[in-house]
Parts: sequence; structure tokens; C-alpha cells
Amino acid sequence: MSEQSQLVEYALRLGDDALVLAQRLGEWVARAPELEEDVAMANVALDLLGQARALLTYAGEVEGAGRDEDALAYWRDDRDFRNALLVEAPGGDFAVTTARQLVFAAYQYELYERLRSSADQTLAAIAGKAVKEVHYHRDHATQWVLRLGDGTEESHRRMRAGLDTVWPYVDELFDADDLTAALSAGTAPIAVDPAELRDPWQAYVGAVLAEAGLEPPDDVPARRGGRQGLHTEHLGHLLAELQHLHRSHPGATW
Amino acid sequence: MAGTDEQEAAFYAIVDSDGRIEPRDAMPEAYRKTLIRQMAQHAHSEIIGMQPEGNWISRAPSLRRKAILLAKVQDEAGHGLYLYAAAETLGVSRDHLLELLHTHQQKYSSIFNYPTLTWADVGAIGWLVDGAAITNQVPLTRCSYGPYARAMVRICKEESFHQRQGFEALLTLTRGSARQKAMAQDALDRWWYPSLAMFGPPDRESTHSDQSMRWGIKRFGNDELRQRFVDMTAPQADVLGLTIPDPDLRWNDERGHYDFTQPDFDELFRVISGDGPCNRQRMEHRVAAHTEGAWVREAAAAYAAKRAKRAEAAA
Repeated sequence: MSEQSQLVEYALRLGDDALVLAQRLGEWVARAPELEEDVAMANVALDLLGQARALLTYAGEVEGAGRDEDALAYWRDDRDFRNALLVEAPGGDFAVTTARQLVFAAYQYELYERLRSSADQTLAAIAGKAVKEVHYHRDHATQWVLRLGDGTEESHRRMRAGLDTVWPYVDELFDADDLTAALSAGTAPIAVDPAELRDPWQAYVGAVLAEAGLEPPDDVPARRGGRQGLHTEHLGHLLAELQHLHRSHPGATW
Repeated sequence: MAGTDEQEAAFYAIVDSDGRIEPRDAMPEAYRKTLIRQMAQHAHSEIIGMQPEGNWISRAPSLRRKAILLAKVQDEAGHGLYLYAAAETLGVSRDHLLELLHTHQQKYSSIFNYPTLTWADVGAIGWLVDGAAITNQVPLTRCSYGPYARAMVRICKEESFHQRQGFEALLTLTRGSARQKAMAQDALDRWWYPSLAMFGPPDRESTHSDQSMRWGIKRFGNDELRQRFVDMTAPQADVLGLTIPDPDLRWNDERGHYDFTQPDFDELFRVISGDGPCNRQRMEHRVAAHTEGAWVREAAAAYAAKRAKRAEAAA
């Protein structure tokens, strides 16, 4: 794979993570537990959508085949999406969503914090803007994990169940492969080696769970495959909804 | 108000000099009740109004439109928050007002009981529904109750942006393919009369108008505002290249206004009384979200209480 196609692939991984999670969070709008959370969910979804648009636009530019953000979001099939499985799972109840938000925002924070010094100036700029947004997302998720973990018996039980639901998808976030190895090698790396994010992520998430009186689930078999386009059945449905109107009017301007 | 003549005179002195009544000022009990009812209904409309537009977030036809729509629906949640907070200055809680909504004791704007069937409906809501809302709401920025007037200043700025984005979304459709243009015309055909009905019954049948005028809550009559909306909107439809579904709509030189057909007020009353296409769906959705979120709100309250207790123990 040429360095150019590696860069396209890497930007798609980051962009698809953000796009698919934005789509999931948008599902909460007008059905959150309280009005403040309708605002917060929409806000986080908007930030992620903004990151996705920047990353997909850049992937299209580097690719040089004339694909813009919409061509990439609306005209790829699920086998061509590169997001991690974590973000495509249905939102579940508020505890499942909160567990996923903590896991993902803490991961994205460590990632963007390091990607700011990427040798690729566009990725560095996108990361520089995104890290501030993600800092807020992580804080928002943290506050809710504490409230739910240390709230009522029911919320504690649901929060544990939420962690159980999302935990099988954690390991995949930190998988290194040939692509990340190639792009994160050398003295001026373009990408961040996902494996090096694991320890700082663990430190942050572990401390939050401990304060909330929760424990990370152990001995959970990991599920992976998203980076290779091997998704769960959920992604097809998510994309069917996301893409149908756009695809029903080929070539139209909106 | 305890009802002393002195307090009443002070209240009317402020209202008559176009001043602002503030939460600590004495006010007639009927004024307070009217304001609570109106502000709550307005807040409820904002949060119920999130549903018909939220219906298209997952399917928005471009990422840019998705972002605009998410931001718009988020603004509406924010408007709900300001308005509930403004109502709380009159001594009612948001929880209580939501309870009244959920038990059908308070209402929301009847317009949100119509379905959003196509993407063009999102544009039509921005253009027509938000346009009608602004026409109604701009005078409220001068309402006699200070917290309400100030909330409306901010809300109107955002609504005006929503109206322009709705118009721009429709303009893009009408300049697009034949199918897109037909979609836009169909949306106008369905939303025109319900939007006209947003101004309420004709003045001669309006129950609250006179008293609200006297109190400086309402500045203009329903008929005058409806006319203002038609005068503003008819030329915009020409720019869009769409036809307003009213064969009698035409400019009247003598009156200096458009003549137009009134909406079907029987339909308005039917929808207000619960018999609209989506009344049941909107309320079921709202109540389900509230009920399913109860354990989350209870957890937040329990956590806050525990923290306060720990802080107290540590002090």
C-alpha cells in the first residue's frame, strides 16, 4: 500500500469512528432523560460530526479521485467502512450510552492529544481542534458514570450492565496493525500507535470507575474486525437509514 | 398580589409606562397565572417541536444538512430550557410544568401535531413555522414581564436564523431536480394552512386577547399578525418559485396587503382538542422519554444528596 493510500485509510478509520458515533448519539435527541441531556447529546454529536466531515474531506482530497465528504459517507457500503465496532452498537439505555461515551471519549482524548504533533499538518490541525471538544465529552461522560455508579441501586446495576455491554469492543480500539505501524514509524510519524494509548486510557478510566464504585469487567472475549470492514449486523441498518435519502436522488444537490 | 390598591396601582403604573415587571414585584394573581400558562405552553412547544424535525436527523441528505439540523434541534432544547427557567421565576418548577404537559392539563402549539413526511418538510418548518413563530414572538421581546421579554430576545435571534436556513434549504430544492421541486411544493401545500392557524382564532373569537393586551403581554391581535405573516411570506414564495395553495391569494392595492383565504379554524380546534394526525404519537414519545429517564434523574438526585452529605461530614 502506498503511503498515500495508507493515509487515506487512516483518515477513514478516524472519520468513520466519529461519523458512526455521531449518528448513534443523534438518536437520543428528543428522548434523553432530561432536557439538559438533549442539549448535551446533540452537542457531542455535532462535535463528532464536525470531526468526521473534516477527516472524510481530507481522506477524499488525499485520495484524489474526486470523492468529497458526502460521497464517502453516503456511497460506501458497510464492508468499506473502517470504524471500530464499539461505535456502531445500538445505544441501549442511558447507562450503555454513558459507558460507551466514557470508553470512547477517553480513547479519543489520548489519541488526539498525541495526533496534534503529527507530521501531517492537516491531521495535526484537526486533532488540535478536536482535542478540546473531546476533553468536554470525556468530562461529561465521567460525571455521568459517577452519578450512575454511585447513585441508586438501580443505576449502579444498569451501569454495570452497560460496562458489560461495551467491554467486548474495547480491545479493538488499541489494536496496532501494519498500517498504524507504517504510519507511526520514524522520527516524524503521521499516525499514533494505538497500542501506546492503552495505558493512559486504563489509568483514566480505571480511576473514574473506582471512584464510581465500579469495576472493569474482566475475562471478556474481545470482538474486532471493524478496521478491516468486518462489522456487526448493526452497521448495515445504521447505514441504510443514514444513506437512503441521499442515494434515492443520485447526483442531487442538497 | 395581596391585592392592596397601592400595589395594584404600582403594577399598572409600570405596565402603562411600558416598564418591566420583575419577579419580586407585586402582580395580580391572574397576570401571574396567565404568564405561567403562556410561558409553559411556549416551552412545551419547543420541546415537542424537537420531534418532527428530529425525525430527519438520521436521514438528512448531506452531512452539512445533518449538522445544521442537529444544531437547530439543539437550539430548540435550549429555548425550552430558557423558557422553563423564566417560568420558574414565577414560583413553579419545571417538573410540575412537565407533569401538567404529560397529563394533558397544558398544551403545546398545535402545529407540531402534523407529520414531517419528507425532507422538504424540514425546510418548510424552518421557513413557515419558524417564520410564523417569529411574527408572533418578536412583539414578546417587549412583553411586560422582564424575564420572558429577555428570554425572547435571544430566542428570536436564533429563530430568525432558523427561518433563513429553512428558506435556503427549500431554495436548494426548488433549484434542484424536478423531484426535489415537487417535494418542496408538496411540503408547502401541507404546511401552509396549519402555519396560518398558528396565529390562533380570529380576534372576535379569541378568549384571552383583551386581558393580555391590557397587561402588556400581547401587543397585536391574531388577525393583524396573521396578515403580517402572509405579507412577508407571499413574496418569498415567488422567489422560491413555489405556489401558495390559495387561489384567492393576491395583492390588494387598496388595503396595502395581500388578500388570502383564512385557515380552517374547525380543523385548528379539532387538533387543539387532541384530534390531529400526531397528537397521540407526540405525547406518547414525550411521556416514554420522561418515564424511561426516571431512573437516571433519580440517580443524579441520589448522587447529589450523597455528595452533599459527605461534604457536610468533612466540614
